[in-house]
Amino acid sequence: MTGGDAILRSLEAEGVEVMFGIPGGAIMPTYDAMARGTTVRHVLARHEQGAGHMAQGYARASGRVGVAIATSGPGATNLVTPIADAWMDSTPLVCITGQVRSSLIGTDAFQECDITGITMPIVKHSWLVDDVRDIPAVMKAAFHVARTGRCGPVLVDVPRDLQEATLDYSYPAEVELPGWRPPTKVHPLQVRDAGRAIAHARKPVLYVGGGTLNGNACAELLRLAETGSLPVVTTLMGKSAFPEAHELHFGWPGMHGPKWSNLAMNTCDVLVAIGARFDDRVTGKLSAFAPGATIVHLDIDPAEISKLRDADIPVVGPLATAVDALADEVAAQRAEGAPVPEAWLAQLRAWRDEFPLVYESSDEWLKPQQVLEALQRLTAGTDTIVTTGVGQHQMWAMQYVRSERPRSFITSGGLGTMGYGIPAAIGAKAARPEATVVCVDGDGCFQMTAQELVTAVLEDLPVVVVLVNNAHLGMVTQWQDMFLDGRRSHVHLTAQVPDYARLAEAYGGVGMVVDDAARLEPALAEALALGRTVVVDCRVDPAEQVFPMIPPGAAALEMLDHPSADTTVEARAL
Amino acid sequence: MKHTLSVVVEDRPGALTRITTMFARRGFNIDSLAVGPTERAGVSCITLRVDCTQHSLEQIEKQIHKLVNVLRVTELVSGEAVERELLVIRVSAAPERRAELVTTAEALGGRLLDVGSDAVVLELTGTPEELDAFHELCRPYGILDLVRTGRVGVPRASARRRATRRLAAI
Repeated sequence: MTGGDAILRSLEAEGVEVMFGIPGGAIMPTYDAMARGTTVRHVLARHEQGAGHMAQGYARASGRVGVAIATSGPGATNLVTPIADAWMDSTPLVCITGQVRSSLIGTDAFQECDITGITMPIVKHSWLVDDVRDIPAVMKAAFHVARTGRCGPVLVDVPRDLQEATLDYSYPAEVELPGWRPPTKVHPLQVRDAGRAIAHARKPVLYVGGGTLNGNACAELLRLAETGSLPVVTTLMGKSAFPEAHELHFGWPGMHGPKWSNLAMNTCDVLVAIGARFDDRVTGKLSAFAPGATIVHLDIDPAEISKLRDADIPVVGPLATAVDALADEVAAQRAEGAPVPEAWLAQLRAWRDEFPLVYESSDEWLKPQQVLEALQRLTAGTDTIVTTGVGQHQMWAMQYVRSERPRSFITSGGLGTMGYGIPAAIGAKAARPEATVVCVDGDGCFQMTAQELVTAVLEDLPVVVVLVNNAHLGMVTQWQDMFLDGRRSHVHLTAQVPDYARLAEAYGGVGMVVDDAARLEPALAEALALGRTVVVDCRVDPAEQVFPMIPPGAAALEMLDHPSADTTVEARAL
Repeated sequence: MKHTLSVVVEDRPGALTRITTMFARRGFNIDSLAVGPTERAGVSCITLRVDCTQHSLEQIEKQIHKLVNVLRVTELVSGEAVERELLVIRVSAAPERRAELVTTAEALGGRLLDVGSDAVVLELTGTPEELDAFHELCRPYGILDLVRTGRVGVPRASARRRATRRLAAI
C-alpha cells in the first residue's frame, strides 16, 4: 500500500474516530487515500487553526488524542497556534502535515517550510519521516508520546513522495522509544508522607489543576476530598474536575477568582497541588503566595516539581494512581483519629457568604454576568459542555458556570488563545454528539475563528454560541482603564459591525439578538432547544469589568473588589 | 556555579537541536558544548558546561530528561570525574623566539603540529584550567587563532564514591 494509506491504517489501528483538517498540495496523496476509503471521519475545517482547535476540543471533551491534518507551508504554520496552545495546556494532539517532496527539502520549494524546526520548542516530539517504511512505527510512537506522561502535542511531517511510495504495511505491537520513560508508578513513601501531612493539617486545601482531568483522576479526587473532608479549589484548567455544586468545592483561584477562593489558597497551612503548576495567573506575586504553607505537589511531570514553588512533599506519578493511594492514606489517618478540619471548613463557608461575587444590574444595559447566570440556570443538570474564548467573557464563564461533570468546561488557559472557543466547541460536539455544546465567546474572539461556523453547519456539529458582545476587546479595555489612566488604544470593535446574527445566518446557522434582560432567558432557551448552530448576540454593558481582580504583579490577597457604581458610570462615558 | 552535564542521546536528526532549543527557550546559557559518538553504536554523548544555580540545574536536567531522544542525563561531579579538553592554537613566532615557545609548550605537555615562517600551530590536551594557563602563556607571542573543543569527561577509574550524580530522581 502507499504511505498515505499507511497513515490512515495507522489512525484506524489507534482507534481514531475523527480527524480535522484541510487538504492541500503536499498532503494530497493522503487525502487521495481517504477518497479510497477509511473508517476515520474527516471534518473539513475552513482554516487549519480551526482544525487544530477542533482536535483540541475533541481531545479535551473525550480524553482521547485529537488528530489534525494539514498540508505543508502555510497549512502547517496555521497549525502552530493550536500546537502551542496544546503544549501550554497539555492537550494530547497528533498533527500530521504534508511536506514537499524529499528531493525538494531545503530548496525553498513552493509551500515548503521547516515545520519540525518551527515547532520544536512547542512539541513533545516531532518526526520528519525519511523512509516510507517508518510510517507505521512513527505513527505508533506519535500517539504513544502524545498521550503518555504529561499529555501534549506531537507532529508528524511526511514528504509528499513518501505518501505516494509503497510499503508492506504492518502496525507494530510495541513502541520502540528507549528514551521515553514517563513515570508509571508512585513512590509509597511519598504518598505516606503526603497523606500524613494532609490528614493532620488544620487548614488544608486541594489546589486542582488541568492535570487531574488529563490524568483521569476525577473520581479519585472526589474520593480523596470526601474521605478527608478536604476543601477543593479548581483552576481555570482544572474546572470541571470536581463537581462545583459539591459542598467541598470552594471556587477558582487566581487573578479573577472569587475572594473566598484566594483566601482559602493563601491562608491554608497545607496546599496540595494536584496536576497544577503554580501559574502566575493563579499565584499573583509568587513570593507572597500561600506564605508558610507546606506544599504537597502531585504531578506526572517531575519538571513541574519545585519549578516555581519548592515542594515540601513531592509525589511524582500518574495522578489516578497517586490520588487514589493518597485517598487511602488519608482515610487511614482519619480512621486513626486525625481530626476533620471543621473549623477551617466553617471559616471557608463564612468567607464564601461574606464575599460573594457581585455586580450591579441596570435598567439601561444587559450585564454580561446576567448572560452567564441565565445560561447556568438553563443548563443546570443537563449534559452541557461549555467552551470559551479568552478574555472577560471567559472569566465570567469561570465565575458563573457551575461545571458538574469532568471535561464539561473547555478553555484556553496557558496560551490564552483568542478564537479558541468556536472550533473547540465543534471538536467537543464531534466527541460528544449527545451533549449540548455551548461556546461562550467574546466579540473579539468570535471574529478570529467565526468562519468555522460553516464547519459546524455543514458537518452537522451544531453548537450554540453565546456571544458576550461588549463592542470591545474587553480585557484590554479593562487594563487600559484600570492601569493606563483610561487611555483607550485600539480596543473599540463596535457592537453592530459585523451584524453577528446576520453573519450567523449567512453561514447557514440561526442568529438572534438580545439587548435587554427580559428577552435574555427566552432567547437562550430557544437557542439551546433548536439543535442547530445558533449565535445569540447578547449586547452587554461595555463598561462592565471583571472583578475581583488581582492586579498584575500584586499579591493574591491584594485583590481589588467590584468598584463603586460611580466608577462604572464614569467608564461608560468614555 | 559551573556544572558539567553528560547527556547520552539516541543519534537521531535534531537530537542536539532539541536540547539547545530547550536551553534557549527556558533562558539557560551554555558555556561549552562537545558532541561525539560513544561506545554504543547509534548513541552519542553531549557534554554541556553550564553556569547556573543548583535550582536551575535541576530544572535543566528534568527538562532534558523529558526529551524523547535522551537516554540518560548525569552531572559529572567536580573532583570525581576526569575532564579533558583540547586546545589548538596558531601563535605568531618569529624564528628567534620559536624555540623558546615550543620548549615551554612541550614542558606543559603541548605538541607542535605545524611550523610556518613566522607562526607555529600547537595543541594541548588537559583540564580546562591547564588550557587557560597555556592560553595565557601564549598571549604575549601574539595569538592568531585559537579553538577549544569544550570539555568532555568520564568518572574516575578510582572513584571511591559515585562520580556522577543521576539527576531527575525526585
